[in-house]
Amino acid sequence: MTSTAVAHKPVRRHRIALHLGCLAALLVMLYPLAWLLATSLKPADEVIASLDLLPGRLEWSNYKTAMDGVNDVSIWRLLSNSLLIAGGAVLGNVISCSLAAYAFARLRFRFRGPLFAFMIATIMLPHHAVLIPQYIIFNQLGLVNTYWPLILPKFLATEAFFVFLIVQFMRGLPRELEEAARIDGCGPFRSFFQVILPLTRPALITTAIFTFIWTWNDFFTQLIYLFDPDKFTLTLALRSFVDASSTSAFGPMFAMSVIALLPIVLFFLAFQRFLVEGMASSGLKG
Amino acid sequence: MTTTDVPARTARPSRPAVPKRRPRREREGAAWVFLSPWVLGATVLTLLPMAVSLYLSFTDYDLFNPPRWVGLRNYTQMFTEDPRYWRSVLTTLTYVVLAVPLQLALALLVAIALKSMKRGKAFYRSAFYAPSLLGASMSIALVWRAVFNDGGTVDNLFGTGGWVNKPGWALLAVALLTVWQFGAPMVIFLAGLQQIPAELYEAAAVDGAGTWRQFLSVTVPMLSPVLFFNLVLQTIQAFQVFTPAFAVSAGKGGPADSTLVYTLYLYDRGFVASHMGYASAMAWVLLLVIGAVTVVLFRTSRSWVFYASDTDGGAR
Repeated sequence: MTSTAVAHKPVRRHRIALHLGCLAALLVMLYPLAWLLATSLKPADEVIASLDLLPGRLEWSNYKTAMDGVNDVSIWRLLSNSLLIAGGAVLGNVISCSLAAYAFARLRFRFRGPLFAFMIATIMLPHHAVLIPQYIIFNQLGLVNTYWPLILPKFLATEAFFVFLIVQFMRGLPRELEEAARIDGCGPFRSFFQVILPLTRPALITTAIFTFIWTWNDFFTQLIYLFDPDKFTLTLALRSFVDASSTSAFGPMFAMSVIALLPIVLFFLAFQRFLVEGMASSGLKG
Repeated sequence: MTTTDVPARTARPSRPAVPKRRPRREREGAAWVFLSPWVLGATVLTLLPMAVSLYLSFTDYDLFNPPRWVGLRNYTQMFTEDPRYWRSVLTTLTYVVLAVPLQLALALLVAIALKSMKRGKAFYRSAFYAPSLLGASMSIALVWRAVFNDGGTVDNLFGTGGWVNKPGWALLAVALLTVWQFGAPMVIFLAGLQQIPAELYEAAAVDGAGTWRQFLSVTVPMLSPVLFFNLVLQTIQAFQVFTPAFAVSAGKGGPADSTLVYTLYLYDRGFVASHMGYASAMAWVLLLVIGAVTVVLFRTSRSWVFYASDTDGGAR
């Protein structure tokens, strides 16, 4: 593009307008988050009476109430339940998806083409189509109201999206690495663990973070499988506020909401590069 | 899964031998070891449940008594005797048509705005992306319910009353939560835009094409595969929306069933009313509809999605 002295000024004004537009959009976007934080610190009488976004005085006791938890279950219990499920899911997905991905990306076996196509198709599969029979199976096994139905499927690579993500990443690694490893006498197992896996780290981190966030946010599966308040996660505990529509519980409810969002926000701040890049690359090669 | 022992004598011409390859059988064995968790999951947790739910869709099943075969009754009841079912279909379609185009248009607009930006691009990209991670949470769904409720921000701002209590408006509030999460498709658009070679725009400019002409003749065709990917993905996801509808309506799909999306009704039939057979039939119809929509999208895509590799044998 030829930049002449004449074109210079409009371009600059253009750029400022662009920034202003983006900032305005950002303010609208961030409003719900600001509202959440502000309301979590508002005294009960201000929630409905005052239209100001900012609380007149900070009501930290909302957080104290939230810490007490719901249904006599402390927030630490809820938090550790959520962490256990999310942690188990992360471990399961990273292990099982990377194993399957290596086979699809690098090994030859019979029916590889059709199986790969089937694997891709299951990405599109609506969760609800398999949910009821899965529920019945776990019900027969007496595993409803335990964490097994929430964690076990992740160890069986049922989230094909991540298999696909890792396959795409592994395909980008130079084949010479394994050729060299093979000449050195490495079988497929050693070359997977010692050559490929360490190089796949970015994709594994992306898998881990997305799994954590999605599992942490998950509501439907937890809703149908867990009904013992002792086993509740933060998400399920928040749900019990849904029925109580009185605004008097607003402060503690949104204090707990903030606590529930905190891990995601921290993950986002720490790993935003992986998240954004992971999301970007998922679309390009698809 | 085991491979058959019969040696496959295919007519394929034998490939030139690659040095130091292990015997085929052995390498196959290794592949199946790597695949075994996936194979187990795909059969026991995907294929088997699909078959089971197909069977259950022809039965009356309440989880306690053995399933009773009723033939097509669940389906006929669904299609001819259950107005709430059609209500949920209509609600879901309205939601998809409302949320997906709005979300994608906003995503594309912001991606184009960010593309030409020199400073601050990474910041905006991350900031706009954040809601996509937070939006699926119960916390945000609760915020949405309060902000769009009577006396909430939207009520105060526009004086319309709370949307979540108005049959015509509640679904719009749910759709706006989806639009709010435009960051994920935006990031994908942005990555796609950055792969369009600058030469194309330069050539278009030399030919006298203005901004709008460049957008239509360069950006749209070059971006169409990414646009298509986003459209398919977001449509499939929109068909399965659950949490925001549940939170906004306290799990009831109200007011007047106006937020009773398909999955919420499925949950209600299966897990609240314990009609697992009926819910299975609903799940299968959803599966077939999503499959059909995907096929239609893929079919029509041939006329509007442009793959650069079709003409020049692949970009870098």
